[in-house]
Amino acid sequence: MFVTYLRRELAGRRKQTAIVAIGMALAIALVIIVNAVSSGVQLAQSTVLASVYGVGTDITVSQTPAAPTEGEAGAGGPANFDFGADAGATADGTTTVSQSRLSVDRGTTAFDATALDTVGGIDNVSAAAATLSLSNTTFDGALPDFSAGTPQTGDDAAGGTPPSGGPDGAGGSSFSVDSFTVLGLDPAAEAVGPLSAVSLTDGRSLETTDAGTNVAVLDADYATTAELVVGDTVAIADTDFTVVGLVTASSADAATASNVYIPLDVAQTLSGLTDQVTDIYVQAASSTDIEQIQADVETALPEATVQTQSDLASSVSGSLSSAADLVKNLGLWLSLIVLAAAFLIAILFTISGVTRRTREFGTLKAIGWSNGRIVRQVAGESLVQGLIGGVGGIAVGLAGILVINLAAPTLTAGAATADPASAMGGPGGSAGGFGQAMVEATTSDIVLQVPVTLSVILIAVGLAVLGGLLAGAIGGWRASRLSPSEALRSIA
Amino acid sequence: MYELTNVTKKYDQGKRSVTALNKVTLSIPDGQMVAIQGPTGGGKSTLLQMLGALDRPTEGTIELGSADLSKLGQGPLGEIRAREIGFVFQGFNLIPTLTAQENVETALAPLGVPTAERISRAAAALDSVGLGERGSHLPAELSGGQQQRVAIARALVKEPTVLLADEPTGNLDEQTRDEIMDLLEGLWRAKGLTLIVVTHDSAVAKRAQRRLLIKQGVVKDLG
Repeated sequence: MFVTYLRRELAGRRKQTAIVAIGMALAIALVIIVNAVSSGVQLAQSTVLASVYGVGTDITVSQTPAAPTEGEAGAGGPANFDFGADAGATADGTTTVSQSRLSVDRGTTAFDATALDTVGGIDNVSAAAATLSLSNTTFDGALPDFSAGTPQTGDDAAGGTPPSGGPDGAGGSSFSVDSFTVLGLDPAAEAVGPLSAVSLTDGRSLETTDAGTNVAVLDADYATTAELVVGDTVAIADTDFTVVGLVTASSADAATASNVYIPLDVAQTLSGLTDQVTDIYVQAASSTDIEQIQADVETALPEATVQTQSDLASSVSGSLSSAADLVKNLGLWLSLIVLAAAFLIAILFTISGVTRRTREFGTLKAIGWSNGRIVRQVAGESLVQGLIGGVGGIAVGLAGILVINLAAPTLTAGAATADPASAMGGPGGSAGGFGQAMVEATTSDIVLQVPVTLSVILIAVGLAVLGGLLAGAIGGWRASRLSPSEALRSIA
Repeated sequence: MYELTNVTKKYDQGKRSVTALNKVTLSIPDGQMVAIQGPTGGGKSTLLQMLGALDRPTEGTIELGSADLSKLGQGPLGEIRAREIGFVFQGFNLIPTLTAQENVETALAPLGVPTAERISRAAAALDSVGLGERGSHLPAELSGGQQQRVAIARALVKEPTVLLADEPTGNLDEQTRDEIMDLLEGLWRAKGLTLIVVTHDSAVAKRAQRRLLIKQGVVKDLG
């Protein structure tokens, strides 16, 4: 009887059923889309962050540069290239000089590597790895051979010889400054850190046996630009490194953390930063441990800057960040408002239906139907209306997600990372203010892909059931309060 | 058998209290056909609701068999309505979205009758009121007389001991009225029911064994 009555009621009152179901469907579709887009945006953020910080990194530990004391040179000061009188090689009246300098990125401070042991000893830290983030800046110059003894003033009227030598043969000079990022990392620490987020495209990655050797792994894009392949050599701090592998970001949309990866100990030696690191990447045993680890690290290393993934997510900028804000603010509130409106519509229609069916429920009570049976009937009808809305909402929501994925909107994302250009001390390099964050967002384009997850579907079904039950409970409660005599008297 | 002793029913209307029944004492033996007449607002429907266990008196007692309807809670009163009492209303009160067959089945739902038995009993009840072929029709597809027959089938399908009819012919023309009253009378005789009919219609009242006149809440037995 329950099913027959329910079926007849829903079919017999199609208009009401359709209005309630459509309202619920729209609200649930909106919730599905907002949730899915939110997941997509989070996924995109994770992709951007993973490319910089590595997969599975829950916490990063670094140190903010301190303002120098009076008379002390700032760490971010201009890079100097000093050449002695006999520097360079001279041929055909031209002296060529070249010098590489490997130094800590601007805005980055190296700190004692013992911090890694400190962090590694904290409870619930499952893995930790340290890196040394550096910039290799190479100065190349070609200038006339001044040692030839002939003044090359270019003053013909004084009777001197015309200027000669130099790259243009007329006494001119040419200089170039090239810079790329170098990341020194422990080849044995594969589980966490920047190299955990890359894919090998050629050769091999760094291995434990590479410690102390001059081998390098290159970002594939950088290798293409620099025309380098596996087996070639790359000069870092005037030292030749053999290229053993090429890597690329796991996501085609993201960039890797550095142009060149070399063993940590070699990087420390070449940069003169023995037993120094710039970043520590920490993996927590469980996501619930992150807050505790963050607090413990901050206590153990008071000078350190400790950032969790959620802190890092805020460093993602660009239209991806705008999309995240939009979803978080407007999308969330919009879906809540529409959901509340849909629930309200369902409740009002159910109450209105109960009022309209006063005679019906009075009659049923008169022939012996209990309050419970009537409440179940009303609640059942509302529940099915909600479920119809839920199914419709899932269909509309999935269609919306499909449209978004087909449209594949491209979002620009920037993740805060060391800026190689700013590390250049020469002309064109940015000035280094004390304590000023010398980081900038390296941008990459992310195609937003909105995932369909089981949890989104379950949320939709849950909302449909909740909406139906809520409307049914209120409508049923109202129906149960009808006194049969009053119900029948009101009709009479 | 009904035993009403000093039954009073008062309704609060704002600050006013209206006495619908005033110390009614009445006995209705099993199997009797009783007509209740009286002016509008005299208390006819209130008395019927008391007899039908739809409401409880403010004072006094109403006994149906061994049950004191004035003292029972809503649950037990509902069970008595489900088993013992059949209702026929002036407006038929059929569920508009259910077919004639399904409307009749609603009376068996609270009794927990198995589906197959429920269907066969409802079909037999419809057959007994001459609507065996109309089981699949919605109320809107039936005439007023046919709808009232469906309502009678719904009232009788559970085989009650009491049938209460509130102006059962009030919405019908004379010919249909006579048909319905013939049907009710026939069923009353055949099943040995206690049949209590509230009516304005003297032609209907004349068919009853006993007539009660109720005016301003006071019942006068006209015999």
